[in-house]
Amino acid sequence: MIAEIGLAALWLAAALAVLQLVSGAFALKAVDGQVNPLAIYARPAAVTQALLAALAFAMLLWAFATTDLSIKLVATNSHSMKPLVYKLTGTWGNHEGSMLLWVGVLALSGGLLAGFERRLPERTMGATLAVQGFVALGFYAFLLLSSNPFERLPAPAAEGNGLNPLLQDIGLAIHPPTLYAGYVGLSVAFSLAMGALLTREVTPAFARVMRPWVLGAWVLLTLGITAGSYWAYYELGWGGWWFWDPVENASLMPWLAATALLHSVSVLAARDALRTWTIMLGVLAFSMSMLGTFLVRSGVLTSVHAFAVDPERGAFILALLGIYIGGAFAIFALRAGAVAEGKRFAAVSREGALVFNNVMLSGILAIVLLGTLYPLLTEAFDVRVSVGPPYFNPASAIFAIPMLLVMAVGPLLRWKSDNPGRLRMELVIIGALMVGVIVAVSIVGQYPLLPLLGLGLAPALAVAAVLPLKGRKLARVPVATWGMVVAHFGIAVALFGMACEGAFSRERLAAVAPGGTERIGDFAVTLESVTPVAGPNWTAIEARLAVREGGGAPVILTPQARSFWSPQQSTSESALLTRWNGQLYAVIGNQAEDGRWQLRIWWKPFVTFIWYGGILVALGGVLAIAGRVRVDVRRRLASTKGDRRRADVEALGRPAPVPAE
Amino acid sequence: MRNRLWLWVPLALFAFFAGLAAYMLTQPKDQFVQSAMIGQPLPDFALPPAFTGLPGASKADLADGRPRLLNIWASWCLPCIAEAPQLEALQKQGVEIVGIAIRDRPEDVANFLAKHGNPYTRIGSDRISEVQLALGSSGVPETFVIDGKGIIRHQHIGDIRPEDVPKLIAELEKAR
Amino acid sequence: MIRGLIALVLVLIALPALAQDSMPPAPYAYNQLADPRLEAEASALMHTLRCIKCQSQSIADSDAPMAGDMRHQVRSRILAGESPEQVRRWLIDRYGDYVSYEPEVSATTWPLFAIPVLLILAALAVLLRRLGRRRGAGEGEAA
Repeated sequence: MIAEIGLAALWLAAALAVLQLVSGAFALKAVDGQVNPLAIYARPAAVTQALLAALAFAMLLWAFATTDLSIKLVATNSHSMKPLVYKLTGTWGNHEGSMLLWVGVLALSGGLLAGFERRLPERTMGATLAVQGFVALGFYAFLLLSSNPFERLPAPAAEGNGLNPLLQDIGLAIHPPTLYAGYVGLSVAFSLAMGALLTREVTPAFARVMRPWVLGAWVLLTLGITAGSYWAYYELGWGGWWFWDPVENASLMPWLAATALLHSVSVLAARDALRTWTIMLGVLAFSMSMLGTFLVRSGVLTSVHAFAVDPERGAFILALLGIYIGGAFAIFALRAGAVAEGKRFAAVSREGALVFNNVMLSGILAIVLLGTLYPLLTEAFDVRVSVGPPYFNPASAIFAIPMLLVMAVGPLLRWKSDNPGRLRMELVIIGALMVGVIVAVSIVGQYPLLPLLGLGLAPALAVAAVLPLKGRKLARVPVATWGMVVAHFGIAVALFGMACEGAFSRERLAAVAPGGTERIGDFAVTLESVTPVAGPNWTAIEARLAVREGGGAPVILTPQARSFWSPQQSTSESALLTRWNGQLYAVIGNQAEDGRWQLRIWWKPFVTFIWYGGILVALGGVLAIAGRVRVDVRRRLASTKGDRRRADVEALGRPAPVPAE
Repeated sequence: MRNRLWLWVPLALFAFFAGLAAYMLTQPKDQFVQSAMIGQPLPDFALPPAFTGLPGASKADLADGRPRLLNIWASWCLPCIAEAPQLEALQKQGVEIVGIAIRDRPEDVANFLAKHGNPYTRIGSDRISEVQLALGSSGVPETFVIDGKGIIRHQHIGDIRPEDVPKLIAELEKAR
Repeated sequence: MIRGLIALVLVLIALPALAQDSMPPAPYAYNQLADPRLEAEASALMHTLRCIKCQSQSIADSDAPMAGDMRHQVRSRILAGESPEQVRRWLIDRYGDYVSYEPEVSATTWPLFAIPVLLILAALAVLLRRLGRRRGAGEGEAA
């Protein structure tokens, strides 16, 4: 029954998406000042659809929780012996389930938009909901026609195939849903941008409506990428935190576009400038989300994962990509010229700095896109090339370093036009700090250029991030400004972590007999014993490592080499010793023929700052949302109060006071 | 309104990508890495015997005027079992096959040959994939056609299916 | 990073259990060179070489036996006095550009270098157009 309820809910939701599309489109036909009678269904359709999609997802969760082996998806991806939490996370650990999650979040955000957003003109709102319904419809079709998660088996399976052990990890409980929610949040930004473009209502009011969605999606993307990076770091067992793999890039590109969008939407909201550019980025950000989905699911790029290729699904997503993104770019090309250019500003101004930042972010995005897709292009000519860190790092740094420098100064500038001389003191502090650190580090030792630059930039950026607070009463600084400060500070923190990891990491690989000791940095690591252990669906060998720092008491680390039996696969579970100033990372390998064990140990100074920084950046985003929402709510309350008072005054028969300008 | 042309740039770039992606979706996925050594002389190598039954293999053994097959395999490799009958068939047609056993133990090699037949005249033991890497080979099984002068003429990636046998014979003829 | 998604895609199609050998790894697969300077060179190089068998990882990030054998080649060649670029060349001569994550300017890869240069020029042009022109221009200029 469960599966049938879920499936029926999905079909109903798809039908409602059609209603939303049609009814929303009628709003465009409204006579000025009136509401088209057919346009009133779009909002309720979106809200009901959200409930239905959530119901469908809940049904699938239930099926996984109870390991209903009559459902094909459960039988191929789950196992009755798995711990409950991994049964649940297994729901989105597969293609169909993750697409259902995607659609669920899409419907939910559409429902939220329809339910709570009252500021936009009805025509723009109608167009936005129509676009949102149209996007949702495509994904319902994809799910129902080619990836039905509720498909039944002719006869229930005796036991499930299990879940890839790499995915049986708590990191995976958080990472994909967060990332998806971020991807899909950008769909709202996309729909709003299209709605505004169709009705030519690209105004600051529209930007204020769009901003929380962009911020929300961006926060989720930031968290998703941060969590994913940490997961890869400890789960893959080699201490790397970013590999420039196509699939990683697929998550980075929407983030870059969303970061640019977030800044340009702020300019639009505050200064009514950058109208077409904001629309362009709104389309671009969501197209990067869809592109990522396409690259991962179709397997065109990941020839390396050729066994995962499903050309049929790939073709379906490509068709959706063509309809939505191709269509959006075509409408953009036709309509954007008609959107009046916004207000003007001087080069040295807050807007000027934000434009610079936008152009640089777009540059990084273009580099990542180029490097990711280039192998696809050469493969069309039967040439295979690899593009990796030695390309991405320097090529993106060309744009990232100027961007970071301007990021340091930009928030200090005034809107519209500013005099650089006013900031002489601040510029001297930032510049001196940067040069000083670079010189000091170069004296201490020889390090690669990029980590060296990173080390110089990080403290300068950290100081620059808090400079906007200088001379202000901290209690009166708006929450949104705190958000910016925290996010920019987070960038500095993450950069510091990356640079330290790049410059100062130490590695020790050795074959160690039980009782033997290896030294790395200030640590002495003794292999005390190696013993077999067993878990619910795996067996492992576990090393007991006694780690002594200086002369202190030992801390015990227990890295494992796990063998899962359904499906059969081995993973290495690294053991981490976290200190405030870094992490000791230990992995146990195979036993050599002479009885010694392979140990891999890294000391990674300040590596944790990479993820602390990511969390700070996300926190900054949350503060910005909170600040904006608070202002909006206050404004709404004030205006209703004002209305009421005016009504009272009128009722008393006295002339209403003219509101003060 | 001047210069509206740039508004079409995103669409043009997107159309280019979509076309490329659509084309690539229809292309069969080539998941193998071709060796760049085709047409090049064999690298210098001299491998010890992989088990007691047959001599080892060196470059000199493959450059005595007769074209041969150089089969990269291993006893632990499942597709190698699948291609064993085809190797036998080739051997019956008079093809000389030199084997290189990758990361293998003598007893495992002997067991494998006892179970699945022995089409080889020589088998060298490559315990650390040294010669495999020098050949530009990326997995097991792979089969190279070597001409009489020790030049690599052709690479067959993956197990030899029955339909591949004539192709290999033809390649050997060409290398004569 | 979202290796999660890769892995997630991996589970879509159950992989046949890949057979693996039981041989001990090559001497330098999991052991460092004694000279820290040479080891640093080797390690930097290994991070930029693609594991041919696993294909989405560098040989410095992989447990595949072949990655181990490739690491052994790299370390023993560096130890024998070859420069990292010679070792890279040696591998490219065997596996083509695919084995190296560091694209070199060639007939097939020039756009990778030309496009960024164009991008820089385009970025400068956009910035000049957006920002430069405004300096003298008045508020009323029409778009």
